[in-house]
Amino acid sequence: MTPQEVVERALALPGADDRVVIVDEDTTANLRFAGNTLTTNGVARGSRLTVVSIAGSGTGVVSRAGVTPDQIADVVAAADRAARDAQPSEDARPLVAGEAAADWDRPAEETSIAVFRDLAPALGEAFATAEAGGRRLYGFAEHLVNSVFVGTSTGLRRRHDQPTGRLELNAKSPDMTRSAWVGAATRDFTDVDVAALDATLAQRLEWAKRRVDLAPGRYETLLPPGAVADLMIYLYWSAGARDAFDGRTVFAKPGGGTRVGEELAKLPIDLYSDPGRAGVECGGFTVAHASSRESSVFDNGFTLGPTKWIADGRLANLIQTRHSAEVTGLAETPAIDNLIMEGPAGGKSLEEMIAATERGLLLTCLWYIREVDPQTLLLTGLTRDGVYLVENGEVTAEVNNFRFNESPVDLLGRVTEVGAASQTLPREWNDYFTRTIMPPLRVPDFNMSTVSQAN
Amino acid sequence: MRQIDPDFLALPLRRLADAALQRARELGAEFAAFRLERVRAETLRLFDARLEGSSDADDLGFAVRVVKNGTWGFAGGITLTPEAAAEVAAQAVQVAEVSAPLNREPVELAAEPVHEGVWVSLYDVDPFDVPLRDKVALLGDWSAGLLAKGVDHVSASLMQVKEQKFYADSAGTVTTQQRVRVHPSLTAMKSEGALFDDMRTLAPPVGRGYEYLTGTGWDFPAELAEIPDLLAEKLAAPSVKAGDYDLVIDPSNLWLTIHESIGHATELDRALGYEAAYAGTSFATFDQLGELTYGSPIMNVTGDRTADHGLATVGWDDEGVQGQRFDIVRDGTLVGYQLDRRMALLKGLGRSNGCAFADSPGHTPIQRMANVSLQPAEGGPSAEELIAGVDDGIYVLGDKSWSIDMQRYNFQFTGQRFYKIENGRLAGQLRDVAYQATTTDFWRSMDAVGGPQTYVLGGAFNCGKGQPGQVAPVSHGCPAARFRGVKILNTVQEGGK
Repeated sequence: MTPQEVVERALALPGADDRVVIVDEDTTANLRFAGNTLTTNGVARGSRLTVVSIAGSGTGVVSRAGVTPDQIADVVAAADRAARDAQPSEDARPLVAGEAAADWDRPAEETSIAVFRDLAPALGEAFATAEAGGRRLYGFAEHLVNSVFVGTSTGLRRRHDQPTGRLELNAKSPDMTRSAWVGAATRDFTDVDVAALDATLAQRLEWAKRRVDLAPGRYETLLPPGAVADLMIYLYWSAGARDAFDGRTVFAKPGGGTRVGEELAKLPIDLYSDPGRAGVECGGFTVAHASSRESSVFDNGFTLGPTKWIADGRLANLIQTRHSAEVTGLAETPAIDNLIMEGPAGGKSLEEMIAATERGLLLTCLWYIREVDPQTLLLTGLTRDGVYLVENGEVTAEVNNFRFNESPVDLLGRVTEVGAASQTLPREWNDYFTRTIMPPLRVPDFNMSTVSQAN
Repeated sequence: MRQIDPDFLALPLRRLADAALQRARELGAEFAAFRLERVRAETLRLFDARLEGSSDADDLGFAVRVVKNGTWGFAGGITLTPEAAAEVAAQAVQVAEVSAPLNREPVELAAEPVHEGVWVSLYDVDPFDVPLRDKVALLGDWSAGLLAKGVDHVSASLMQVKEQKFYADSAGTVTTQQRVRVHPSLTAMKSEGALFDDMRTLAPPVGRGYEYLTGTGWDFPAELAEIPDLLAEKLAAPSVKAGDYDLVIDPSNLWLTIHESIGHATELDRALGYEAAYAGTSFATFDQLGELTYGSPIMNVTGDRTADHGLATVGWDDEGVQGQRFDIVRDGTLVGYQLDRRMALLKGLGRSNGCAFADSPGHTPIQRMANVSLQPAEGGPSAEELIAGVDDGIYVLGDKSWSIDMQRYNFQFTGQRFYKIENGRLAGQLRDVAYQATTTDFWRSMDAVGGPQTYVLGGAFNCGKGQPGQVAPVSHGCPAARFRGVKILNTVQEGGK
């Protein structure tokens, strides 16, 4: 059966008052390597049927993998039973109404190991170049395609095909004391230039041949786009309206309500999501497999548009369901699967920002980022794979790694320069979030709390 | 002992395995393994005693992993027919062939006796046999009890997993296993002026069934009864003065420090660089085996895939290796690593100690953590006796924030509760505390470990590693222990306030 036929059959079965049916078809291919050689690899396929049944205002959600046509009725019956047993759902709303989208009948898209037909030989050449140049390459290439089909008993039929590709390249000296990293987010690997990425790694390992040890402290720091992405993704994940309204996050207003409207940054920074943004295109409607603080199964199919989370430095919106928007009295702004940050027009490139730096640190990426204090969104983590000393406009040495303690919200208020935004791959969070466009940032006093001995 | 669910045994396990392994042999694979898995997970979330969301999902499929011309090949499938299994085996061989030009290290595996058997974890009540409404009612009652005692909000969750695996390989091993695990958790929240804070139950996730929520292995009503007053005390507590302090750490916090600074640091694939680009490497490099002074002489750490109710406990691992118990740190010295079959042979360590695991049918097995545990001192002190030996220190309970660097040197942890210790006695809670140290400095500063009466098995459902990312459940047992001169940060000051 096609995914569309599965949706129709599940919706047609009697039982519940209303139903949402979601079918996910997934294919994936990956290559992993270490020390200039392949380590693991694979291809896999998955198929999942999720049925949301609504009885009165109770909901039941059952999700099963690899469902055969004769098992569809069992999944629906299980969801119906769960709905009848459930307490009334606080987020219950009329289902999103609609009709079949024009592309509804197209088959699911797929990937296979063939997506690496150009990448694999390029990697092979990079391994040889690295070996000859005294470098060891480590990393991972992955391509996933998720095709999701959403149907509701109110007539809505929407589908989305999402390709997600990422390449991480990490070069180390043979004694493992010098390390550099680059990453690329892609939809299909046709835009990935392995040789250019490897050349960047070679340059950075050269930078690291001179080593300067610095003590902990607050340093002027240039955060490259990937590091900014990791900090802003955490901020975004912490921007749930309901939690803020309940007084549990940095976006809660003391005494009640949220901080929406409050100035967070002195510079005119925008942080927003846009499903149609070129290069980081993502699904244009809500897909919710379960309800939570930031998502509601009743919102499945809700149309998503460009949404500013921070506008001109002010907190503009928080992540909402239709239910939480009613509770908070704010706009209906559900989560979107990309994140873009931009500063004033005319921002410099990272290279130009380095050239304009008298003395400071240039980071490569951040790692093991965890929340320390939700009230301020204080995060801790490590610098990784290259901290460089910039003196008089040039990189002059590599510096030891640090543990940092910083709040991305507090940091926004201290940023003194926002560079030109570009598409980037976050390091820490790219298992979950790859579609970002971020600028480099200059922070005058980034808190390096202690030295890490790690290379 | 419970039995494996009949509906899993009714799947065409052997027919699919035979078809896949036969096809892999025909195509020239030196080694082939077939694994069919069904993993069912149900999660409930309540907020202020109302059901906020629930999900009941399973993952069903199979995987074929081969070695062809010294290169791994892996493929996963979802259609449970012999024809599809044979086709997936052919895909795995094709992946190995396509990948071979990139491979410079021929894959060879440590020998393992052939096993045939069935294993089921220790539990009494299958949580999937308990009606959803009963679980919601129990969590709702607990939440209402907290709300009635003055907390502002309560979140509650219950995660339940049943994992069923059938494994067969070209050497003749055939095993079938079923594991059950549960993790109930409640968090109370309260504001006081401009401050807000929360406090979570210390009950760890365990390899038990629903009986864990009804009195076996943990006393939830007793723990919940204390939380409102403890949270109120925490909100009124003074902020810590940063500096060096002696610490007594409860197992509810120390398990996570063990996990990050010992468990991951003694994975041989990390030490050899196979995780260098992602999870990281390890300061405990292979050349230091038998030499590295990891901690003080009272430090003894084991890896164990046989511990009762352990989240990493199995009959056999995902390479057909029998679950074992082995030493990692003995009398303070590094003496062992966690291994899979390839790593064991690569470094001449003989038999694998059974630490291969894949979290789903779509993922290849990688080396994952055993239940890595700090051993108590026979006849050792109670927590109170450990505290009595501290003049100016802090007693730490419950895990919260954690972070450690990519070589497992530098770590920073917070907790659920911190108590000031003055002249051997607890003197009220402290706020805004984090402890930060270098792994070997920390473990070398341990001057006392508690007795078996203080030992608790902590753990987590979701230890992450590998690319594609995989999660693994793992337990860590430990007694209370005492550490001298550990750096304490004030987290408000760290935030620049």
